[in-house]
Amino acid sequence: MNTLALSPAVLWSLVGVYGLLGIATLGLIGLRHWRPAQDTTELVQRTRSWWVMITIFTLAMVLSRTVSIVFFGILSFLALKEYLSIIPTRRADRRVLFWAYLAIPIQYYWVGQGWYGMFIIFIPVYLFLLLPLRMVMIGETRHFLRAIGTLHWGVMITVFSISHVAYLLVLPGDAAAGGAALVLYLVFLTEFNDVAQFVWGKLFGSHKIVPTVSPNKTWEGFLGGVATTTLLAVVLAPLLTPMTLPLSLAAGLLIGLGGFIGDVTLSALKRDIGIKDTGGLIPGHGGLLDRIDSLIYTAPLFFHFVRYFYY
Amino acid sequence: MAKILRFLFFTLIVRTVVLFVLGLNVRHRERLPKQGRAIVVANHNSHLDTLVLMTLLPLKLLPKVQPVAAADYFLRNKLLAWFVLNIIGILPMKRTRANRAEDPLAPIEAALNQGHILIFFPEGSRGEAEQLTDFKTGIAHLAERCPDVPVIPVYLHGLGKALPKGEGLLVPFFCDVFIGEALTWTGDRLGYMKLLGDTMHKLAAEGQFPAWE
Repeated sequence: MNTLALSPAVLWSLVGVYGLLGIATLGLIGLRHWRPAQDTTELVQRTRSWWVMITIFTLAMVLSRTVSIVFFGILSFLALKEYLSIIPTRRADRRVLFWAYLAIPIQYYWVGQGWYGMFIIFIPVYLFLLLPLRMVMIGETRHFLRAIGTLHWGVMITVFSISHVAYLLVLPGDAAAGGAALVLYLVFLTEFNDVAQFVWGKLFGSHKIVPTVSPNKTWEGFLGGVATTTLLAVVLAPLLTPMTLPLSLAAGLLIGLGGFIGDVTLSALKRDIGIKDTGGLIPGHGGLLDRIDSLIYTAPLFFHFVRYFYY
Repeated sequence: MAKILRFLFFTLIVRTVVLFVLGLNVRHRERLPKQGRAIVVANHNSHLDTLVLMTLLPLKLLPKVQPVAAADYFLRNKLLAWFVLNIIGILPMKRTRANRAEDPLAPIEAALNQGHILIFFPEGSRGEAEQLTDFKTGIAHLAERCPDVPVIPVYLHGLGKALPKGEGLLVPFFCDVFIGEALTWTGDRLGYMKLLGDTMHKLAAEGQFPAWE
């Protein structure tokens, strides 16, 4: 059975997401109408991109489980490509980079098979051991440490971390529908947390939290965002997850905190390289990594949390 | 038949490779030519350069787009010659003259007069990956002979990483495309070459590229 029998809860949540987006769009139209002097170009671009992203995501979730898994595989591919395009690389390593790309279909194949043991060690163990060997076979030792370190970190964040979202779909137990609900719960709360931290920061932000890494981030934005996300996590948990109240409270904190760390970690990378955005794939947002930076932390954290308690 | 194959090749295969496997960051897209009688000049590091430039132009212009390519290299065997002439649609150019009377630019001028958009690599060959080599003066001779044809300079980055000269394996990278303002004929070849060179370096300076050594 390949198609997802999506539960009414998932469908209603998707309707809710579109409702929120509709409200935001109406608000934006109102703003442009009443305050035509204000420059809203970026906000319009951002909102338009949200419509596109949410529609692609909805299609990926609704069509079938295979489509959903392939979708996250493509996400990993685009993210790894973006990462390798912004970091320094060695021309000698072209073939090693190719092997890193090959890891993506293999990792998502384990996901599709539901082979947890292989899924969880393939990149941290086998690829971790294979990539340096492949570099040694080429024989270029100049900047070897930098090359292998940056490559493995990139595969970890773009492939290993992101594939955890897909593995939620194949968790055993009450069929695939439960998995889709967990994916929706995780992705929605992670993205919502980004927006909430941004809005709280804009409204009340004054005390900088990590000034050298991300000067626009404030304690007010962080705390307000985490609180709002946790509240929503508790409200949505009975609808989309098997979690009880105390556990959903913890899951909300985990997503709020993890999302913040993912965001600033990628900020540190961008600051080191000296770029503002990781790419130009998503108008108004920047690159794909700019959009999924929080998910890099929240996906494995949330996955292992629910798996430990319920699967 | 070949026209249909060419259309299918560019819509299905080339677009998938260029837009999905690679992916482009395009700056100043509005400066691209919108109709025929134009020359697009670019730096040359990879066979992919041609495919990227042809993807940037709208599909309805495809029948008019012709990359100018070295006859001695691309017509070296029958199968390759068939492919590059019919599917890629190159305009073969001789890099050496058989005698002094031969005019290597004549076919190019003729194609422009038919309203075509030509893709021209003034470096003459692909050179070392991700390095800009000096431009040959062929483009200045051409601009002198067709002073009313807009010449649009394009700087490409990243394709020499994805598929450098002498490599058969494509490794995906996002590539950057910087499109410059159309150049007009300056009145002398030396001044024109300097203008073209300066424009290319300015376009290159718009980007910030990670090390590749």
